[in-house]
Formats: sequence, structure tokens, C-alpha cells
Amino acid sequence: MSLSSFTEEHDLLRKTIGEWVDSEVAPHIADWEDQGDFPDEVFRRAGELGFLGLAFPESAGGQGGDYWAQVVFLEEVGRVSQAIAMVLSVQTDMSTPPILEFGTQAQIDRWLKPALRGVSIGAIGITEPDTGSDVASIRTRAVRDGDEWIINGSKMYITNGARADFITMVVRTRESEEGNPWGGISMFIVDTSLPGFIVSRRLDKVGMKLSDTALLYMDDMRLPADALLGVEGEGFKQIMWELQGERMGVSIFGVAGARAVLEETTRYAKQREAFGRPIGQFQTVSHRLAEMATEVEAVQSLVYECCDLWNRGVYATEEVAMAKLAVGQLSNKVADEAVQTMGGAGLVEGSFISREWLAMRIGRIGGGSDEVQRQILARIMGI
Amino acid sequence: MSGLEPLFHDEHEAYREAARRFVANEIAPHAEEWETARDFPRELFAKVGAAGFFGPKFEEAWGGSGPDYAAEAVWIEELSKGMTYGTASDLGAHSQLASLYIDRFGNDGLKDRYLRPSIDGTLLGALGVTEPGTGSDVNGISTRARQDGDHWVLNGSKAFITNGAWSDYVVVAARTSDNPGHDNLTLFVVDADSPGFERSRMRLIAWQTSHTAELFFNDVSVPDRNRLGDVGAGFRQIMNNFQWERVMMSLGAVALAELSLETAIRYARDRRAFGRPVIEFQVWQHRFADLSVRIRTGKALTYRALRLHVAAENGAEVPREELVRLTSMAKLFTQRLAWQVADECVQVHGGAGALKEYPAQRLWRDARVGPIGGGTDDIMRNIIARTMGLGTGH
Repeated sequence: MSLSSFTEEHDLLRKTIGEWVDSEVAPHIADWEDQGDFPDEVFRRAGELGFLGLAFPESAGGQGGDYWAQVVFLEEVGRVSQAIAMVLSVQTDMSTPPILEFGTQAQIDRWLKPALRGVSIGAIGITEPDTGSDVASIRTRAVRDGDEWIINGSKMYITNGARADFITMVVRTRESEEGNPWGGISMFIVDTSLPGFIVSRRLDKVGMKLSDTALLYMDDMRLPADALLGVEGEGFKQIMWELQGERMGVSIFGVAGARAVLEETTRYAKQREAFGRPIGQFQTVSHRLAEMATEVEAVQSLVYECCDLWNRGVYATEEVAMAKLAVGQLSNKVADEAVQTMGGAGLVEGSFISREWLAMRIGRIGGGSDEVQRQILARIMGI
Repeated sequence: MSGLEPLFHDEHEAYREAARRFVANEIAPHAEEWETARDFPRELFAKVGAAGFFGPKFEEAWGGSGPDYAAEAVWIEELSKGMTYGTASDLGAHSQLASLYIDRFGNDGLKDRYLRPSIDGTLLGALGVTEPGTGSDVNGISTRARQDGDHWVLNGSKAFITNGAWSDYVVVAARTSDNPGHDNLTLFVVDADSPGFERSRMRLIAWQTSHTAELFFNDVSVPDRNRLGDVGAGFRQIMNNFQWERVMMSLGAVALAELSLETAIRYARDRRAFGRPVIEFQVWQHRFADLSVRIRTGKALTYRALRLHVAAENGAEVPREELVRLTSMAKLFTQRLAWQVADECVQVHGGAGALKEYPAQRLWRDARVGPIGGGTDDIMRNIIARTMGLGTGH
């Protein structure tokens, strides 16, 4: 009976990715957070090294690995920074999988392949200034005009939005009908180099500062007919499919982050002395850390069960919602206890713990809030 | 090949179906009656034995059908659905503790005399470790065994001994030396009809059908051939077996939590308040969703620990520390969880939550044993903290 989901090949991959993360990513995180920016070079390098398409088929420009290879990638980036994990996951788990799933060969060649090479950066466009979790209420509108679509509207909180070369976006193409608010939504690949696309501003956030989160406008933006991704009017179903992979991604790097925060806090507790001994020798501190470790392993077990389902091609809406909710709760709890354990050191701006604490707060909101996950679960439970 | 092999196979599904039928026919219909009577018929042991449900952990040579610890886990999950946890704990004390100790540490003579009829369910066992003055601190045992020729003479007392009030034998931990370290305890199989052995059943607020007892040893003579393992090996034997006991408790707690949630949801559908069923209030929907996530999380952790045990039994190289760490985590996580879910089940019942005619209060009382028995929550935290290189308060 195998005791690990990972094979020796995965372990080697972890080593390779880990070395890249430790040498080319981790040393710069603090500076990037300070600057509120990071170089596009991160995408280029990750693409060059083959890390952006680990679980994509070779025919689409990927490495042809299984989902566990992607798990390795997300864990390795997640352990150093939730922010960098998020921007990379937007590329690998959010903006690109719908192109493979719903796209034509031409769209795969034009958009997916360069994205997996890291020479084209993607974003996912769902949320608007007036609607987030309630996807059916989006108002950005596309109207057919001959061979083109004319888009008008705005998108909000779009990670990678300011630097994106393309945005996988849901847009309303018809008014919602009585009894079917989900109808009339379609998915597009929006080429941001076309006229009418405006980055209104980069939003100043309290966490994940290195990532660009943008407010975007489409002002009579004309897209060619082949910008439509999948079936016109099926966009709601398609974006729900996308959200499954998105939630898997954030769950995987979220647990990895919680584990890293716990490890850092444990190291600190063994070194920091108070009242004549390391604080980790006080039973309240050691028991608090033991509780956190238990939570991390428990949620990790749940997430790995989901990964196993995902890897076997099971569309496990219930388990994915559970994982997303559990990880958001976990990382916030662990990070907060970490700040408490580290005292003043946990509040210093730019420290690993304070930075990740701020970043992890986003985990309970983005990708469908805690409340939305509970609503999904309640529906599945039939209550 | 990546990904986990399934823990359960086709034969386990068949076994689960048989266990489900047995519990539905022989246990669940009587649960209320037994709980009211604070008792259940002793013949249940023989029925369980005859149906083969004491068998999966043990080799065929002694009347078992294994070893197959995944099958054992299936039995524990299904037994929980009988919703009479005192009964389940008596059966567990007999099989997961007394019988398992004989199997692991006994010679063929002891196995023939005690294990074989235990698997049949015709001879009942209990394990005597806890004392009035010491529980989790196993090394603090004061019941004493003094060697006298080819016999040992036991003096002392035990408390909270599940199934001890009517068992035919008790595996007793007694002090055989007073040296520093952990080599002072020895295990003995004591027949309940031995002169000088007395007992009285304890009245508890939980596990009310269980035959939990205080035991008294007054110059009880035990032949040396009833010594279980080496002199001085007792502490390590007990610590080793704790791991399996804790996985079993975790499986039972998850099953209890699942039942509590089902019970709560069923009531919330029927009960109306402010003109609609309670289930239609979003706070309850979301609370139930949260509980379902916690239960599923606890189950995933428990299965991870179980997987290590099954692998170890099948001869795989399993790092001991990892097994202890995950087992302790599963125990800590699930026992508190079961009680929390049961508490919400009482809460949704409102006043009816306090009524004996509803099972909510019983789930709640019975679940409260979990964070205490088999090593308290604090002991689990100590063990986990030690694996992290942190202090444990000593």
C-alpha cells in the first residue's frame, strides 16, 4: 500500500522547483512587496523551466504530467509567499485551463501555448465593481456586430489585470431570462492590446502587495469573433468549471503556506527566550503549536483527498468547496496564532509572518468567499 | 503510479454490508431499551463472535479471519451506527484491548485459553491500567505484583475499567519493581473468579450501558504462566497498543459526529419556528455546512493514520514517530469534534435537547468521554509537541 501520493519523479520535480524558488523567487519577495510590483521575468523563467504547464498535455505545450506535479509546484511556491503563488496560480489554474477545456485548436495555439511558455500573461475576469460571488449578476456586456463583439463594462479586483496579455473573461451576451439568471453569459479571451481596453488603476491592497490587482474598463472594445471561448450562453457553466480548479489551486498553496508559517513559528518558539527559557518550553505555547500542527495535517489530509479525486478526473464540487473553506479558515487561524506567538516580531512590517498573515486574509474572500462555499455545501447537502 | 491506493477494497464493501445488517438487526432496534435499562444482554458478545465480527484483527489459527485492520475499521464505523456507545465501548474493551493484548503479547498457551474463546465471544475480557490515583500517567501505577515461587500476588485497585464489571478475565498492569525509567510494569491475565478479586460497577453519566468497574485486588494469586510478556515490559506494551486504540476511537468519534449531524438536520427539517422549518434559516444551513467540513476533515486525517496502521500490519516500513504523530493528531481532532457536533445537535433541539426521549442528549453525553479516555486531549498535545521538539511541561 502506497503511503504517499507522490512518486520519486515528483520528489525530483520538487527539488528542481524548490531550488528555483529558493534562489530566484524567495530572496526577492520582500523587495517586491515593498515595491508593490514584481518583474514579468518570473513568468518567463517559470515558463522556460517548464513549470507553468506541468499538468497540461504535451500537445497543448505542457509537460504532460499528472495533477500531483501541479500540486508540487503550488506547494513549493506557496511555502514562500501566498502572493507569488496566487499570481502564478492565476496563470496555471485559472486563466489557462478553460482554454484547454473549451478552446479551439486555434485558440490553444494562439493563447494557451505562449502562456505555458510564460511569454504571455493571463488573468481571470469575473468580479465587477458591483458583483463578486454572485456571478449571475455581472453587467459587462458584449454585443455582436457583424464579425465582431463590442464589449462595454468593467472588471474589479483582477489579479495580474494590469500586466495581462489576455483575460479569460465572463461577459453577458444576452439579458438573463426569467427563471434562468445564469443564461446569457459567455466566456471570452480578451486581447488586452486591442483599443478600448483600459487599466483604470492598480488597487492599493493591505496584503499580497507584490501582485497587481486592477480595476479594468472595456470601452466599446471590439473583439474578433474567435475571441468567444466555448459556447455562447454557456459561460456560467464554464466559469463554474473554472472555479473548481481555481479553488483547488488556492487550497493547495494555502495549506503549504500555513505549514510554512507554523514551521517558522515553531523555530522561533525554540529560540526566543522569556523568563529564563525558550518560550516553546512553556506548555501553553507548545500546546498551541501542537493544535496548529494538528489542524494543518487534518486539512492537508482533506486537500490531498481532493487532489486524488481531481487527478482521477472526478468533478468533486462538494469536496472542493470543503477544501476551499477549510483552508481559508486554517491559514487565517494559523497565521493569527503565529502573530500572537511571535509577539512584537509578528507585527514588524515586511517580516515573513506579518506579510503572510495579511496575505492569508484574502484566502477567505477571493475565489468565492467562505459564505459562498457554505452556501454551496448547504445546497449539496440538500438543506 | 501516483495517488493513494484505496484503503478499502471490494471485500470490505461486502463486509460493511454484513456489519450494517448485523447492527441494524441485533443492536439498533434495542438501543433505547438498553439505554433505559443501563444494561445490555451479555449474549451479544457471543452473537458478535458467531457472526465473525471479533475476527478481522486475528489470525485464522486462533479463530480469526485476518489480520485485516481495514476490515476492523469498517466494523467500528458500522457499530457506531447502533447508537449505543456504552455497548460499543464494552465490545471494544473486550476486542480492541483485552483480546488484542493477548494476541500481541501472549504465548500459544495463553492464546489458546483466552484469545480463541474471546474471538468466539464466549469468554469476556477487559484491560486494567487506570487506577483511582493515576490515569494518563501510566508510569504512576501503584497496583503491585510480588513474585512468590511460580505465582505472583497482586494487591491494589483499578478504576474506570470498561467491560470490567462482568468480564471473565482482566489483563492487569501491575508494578513489579521501583527503578527509575520505564521497566517497572508487568502485565498479567487475571481470572475474574480468582479469590481476593472483587469489583463494583460504576455509575457514569455517559456510556450508561457499559459495564465499567472498579476492581480490587486483595492478595490475588496469579500463576506465572498467566504473565503476559516479559517482566518489566508492561509500560512499552501499553504505549504500543495505545496507538491502535486511538485510531479506533477516532473512527468511532467520526461516526458519532456524522450521526449527530444527521440527527440535527432531521430535527431541523421537522421543527418549525417563526413560520418556517428551522432548516430554512441560513445560520443553521451554514453551521451544518461548517460541521460537515470539520467532520470530513477529521475523517481524512483519521484515514491517513489508519492507512499507516494497515500498512504497518501488512509489513510495510512505517516510521514509528509518524504513526504516533498522526494517530495522536487524529485522536485530538476527532474527539473534540464529536462532542462539538453533538453539542450543536442538542442546541438545534432547543428544550427537546434536554429530554431523554431524544437521542441528542445521549450523543452529547457519550461524546464527552472521547477527549478524556484513551489519553486526554492534553496528553495528545504533549505527544504532538514532543514530535515538534517543543516542551511538554516536565
